Amino acid sequence: MKKIVVGMGTCGLSAGAQAAYDRLEMLTAANPDVCMLTRTGCIGMCYREPLVEVREGDSRVFYGGVTPESAEEIFSKHILGNEIIDDDNLVYACWPDGNTCGSESDFLDLQERIVLRNCGTIDPESIKDYEEAGGYQGVRKALTEMTPSEIIRTIKDSGLRGRGGAGFPTGLKWSFAAANEGDQKYVVCNADEGDPGAFMDRSVLEGDPHAILEGMIICARAIGATFGYIYCRAEYPLAIHRLEIAISEARERGYLGTNIVGSGFDFDLKIKQGAGAFVCGEETALFASIEGERGMPRIRPPFPAEKGLWQKPTNNNNVETFANVPWIICNGAGAFTAFGTEKSPGTKVFALAGKVVHGGLAEVPMGTTIEDLVFKIGGGIKNGKKFKAVQMGGPSGGCIPADMKGTPVDFESIPATGAIMGSGGMVVMDEDICMVEIARFFLDFTQKESCGKCTFCRIGTLRMLEILERLTRGEGEPEDIEKLEQLSIQIKEASLCGLGQTAPNPVQTTIRYYLDEYKAHIYDQKCPAGECQALVEFYIIPDKCVGCTLCAKNCPVDAISGKVKEVHVINIEACVNCGKCITSCNFGAVITR
Amino acid sequence: MKTAAKQENFNYRLWRYDGAPGELIPLLQSAQEHFGYIPRRAINYIAGVTAIPESDIYGVITFYSQFRLQPMGKYVIRVCAGTACHVSGAKLIRETVEDELGIEVDSTTEDGLFTLNTVACIGCCSLAPVIMINEDTHGSLTPASVRKILRNYRKKAAVSSDSIAVTAEGV
Repeated sequence: MKKIVVGMGTCGLSAGAQAAYDRLEMLTAANPDVCMLTRTGCIGMCYREPLVEVREGDSRVFYGGVTPESAEEIFSKHILGNEIIDDDNLVYACWPDGNTCGSESDFLDLQERIVLRNCGTIDPESIKDYEEAGGYQGVRKALTEMTPSEIIRTIKDSGLRGRGGAGFPTGLKWSFAAANEGDQKYVVCNADEGDPGAFMDRSVLEGDPHAILEGMIICARAIGATFGYIYCRAEYPLAIHRLEIAISEARERGYLGTNIVGSGFDFDLKIKQGAGAFVCGEETALFASIEGERGMPRIRPPFPAEKGLWQKPTNNNNVETFANVPWIICNGAGAFTAFGTEKSPGTKVFALAGKVVHGGLAEVPMGTTIEDLVFKIGGGIKNGKKFKAVQMGGPSGGCIPADMKGTPVDFESIPATGAIMGSGGMVVMDEDICMVEIARFFLDFTQKESCGKCTFCRIGTLRMLEILERLTRGEGEPEDIEKLEQLSIQIKEASLCGLGQTAPNPVQTTIRYYLDEYKAHIYDQKCPAGECQALVEFYIIPDKCVGCTLCAKNCPVDAISGKVKEVHVINIEACVNCGKCITSCNFGAVITR
Repeated sequence: MKTAAKQENFNYRLWRYDGAPGELIPLLQSAQEHFGYIPRRAINYIAGVTAIPESDIYGVITFYSQFRLQPMGKYVIRVCAGTACHVSGAKLIRETVEDELGIEVDSTTEDGLFTLNTVACIGCCSLAPVIMINEDTHGSLTPASVRKILRNYRKKAAVSSDSIAVTAEGV
């Protein structure tokens, strides 16, 4: 029997998956013996959403950009007529013999899926689906066949490193929490994915929530914890909804609660919703937030393994780290180290976004080069533009320039460039992006999100932002670069937590690789990328202008002239670069250059 | 109907509060869900029941961007300011929305129809630039298309007989 699977992660739903699902539901209800309809999480090809997959035996066919109308066509031709619709909407097809075809074969063929093993395959709202895919075998093995120290040994041997960004060895972290005595210990899952431009954790939470629960149960057993929290951002309502379903199903099936799988081990957990503070991604701030306080970081030592949540020994890992754990327990440490590099084994999930053709999620072995990620999996740069840089690690990370695209992504090579691995956000930038402006953008973010505890982070980032704002307005001074460099060092040294210690990274890396752009802003009052609004020339493309007069009416300084139905022209001398003409034009005729 | 359920939720939470630590943020979240924002009297209630000083509660409210002390418009517009949206022209989209509505970020139109906010990342980066209006996401926007969307919402509001749902003070 054929199975129709609709991708219903946030990206799919935003693109209109519900409408396609509703239509297919109607059609399936009318033909109940022909096929079954189910939903799944994100398969990763966000750029082709809404995605509909037709499965029969081992063959899988994906259609992209599905509307209710094309869903009907898929149903009548493929489901009822057994005919694969081989047009632009055919994204990917995989046959039982392993052959693949379709426009996006590269995107999936180059990936190795450990963390995303079930994402886009199973119904995230069904524990049965998860169990059929081998789910909770890790819990069974860890709780009934292994001792806590054997679990920790396996994780240590696998070389798994924290996927939240810092890359601390997970097994070592667990051994600290296990070694500390306490009447109560906690396991915390950090699902407060705050980096703008990163959505890996969201996809795992939405697409395979049981994997995270399973990882947490195994960790709890290893360190001797009996209670856990998942701290998830409130901006991910679907993730929270699916976690709630997963938790209650896991309780029903005896994977949470008392005497889990008959092992005599007790563990339960609950979800805590974040309330919108980036700094709560920092573990001690996260604990403060769970405790109901302002989410401000605490001084270490004592470290969380000794005194964490509610002053009890606590182990905190990121979503992706926990999702790796059941796989490692089931397949062994050796299977994991077969992927990746010697010091960074395994895989890493990246969220490709920005000016890349294939925006989406990709899981690749550690050590894959930036070039492969951007050009092979990502399909290169949109609109045939030139590749300029990738930004990794969000506001804590840095920009890696195009000529370093051979850099492998792992925990050694990326920090050497001045960026950080981060949680896996990879924003691709083309030649139109100004690096000074990007530095300003990130500083604006970290400045607003600084909790205010450390003076250098609170005030230092503001001073840096003010300088960068001046630069983008063309009001820079020659000593500004030196001031920025100095402040960067001071903020890094005088901040308690990761937010302040990494906040200057975007500025430092852009100065390091794009000093010329900074100089052009300061000495020539020019923005070479043509992005900084105050430093560019506004221009109306004659071929696109229809003479609607809207721009002229909206211009506050009457700098635009032209008659109705005639091409309008901007008088550069009078123009104050306010941008009103761009936002008022309905035809995209006004550009900057 | 929906409001009654939410009210019960907030009152129920307050009622069953047993002094367990860490309940303040969930209480505030349910208060906001109920009132649409956190009115002064909700702070009073919570302070009375939990014995947490009002000043501490206020400190928590102002720390987290999710909490609002002012009523919201019928349509809450959240312009994504994530990195992917930023490099795809989110600033232009924000300026267009500001121009079309005649308000700036973090404020509400006089008729109570629209509240404009920015959000760090919605996570639909492949659809950038993106805005959310209440629960609906609109992607791949241009200044022209965002104006059209806003005008459609205005029309919808004018047609619908619903009174504008600026939540009034009080339970």
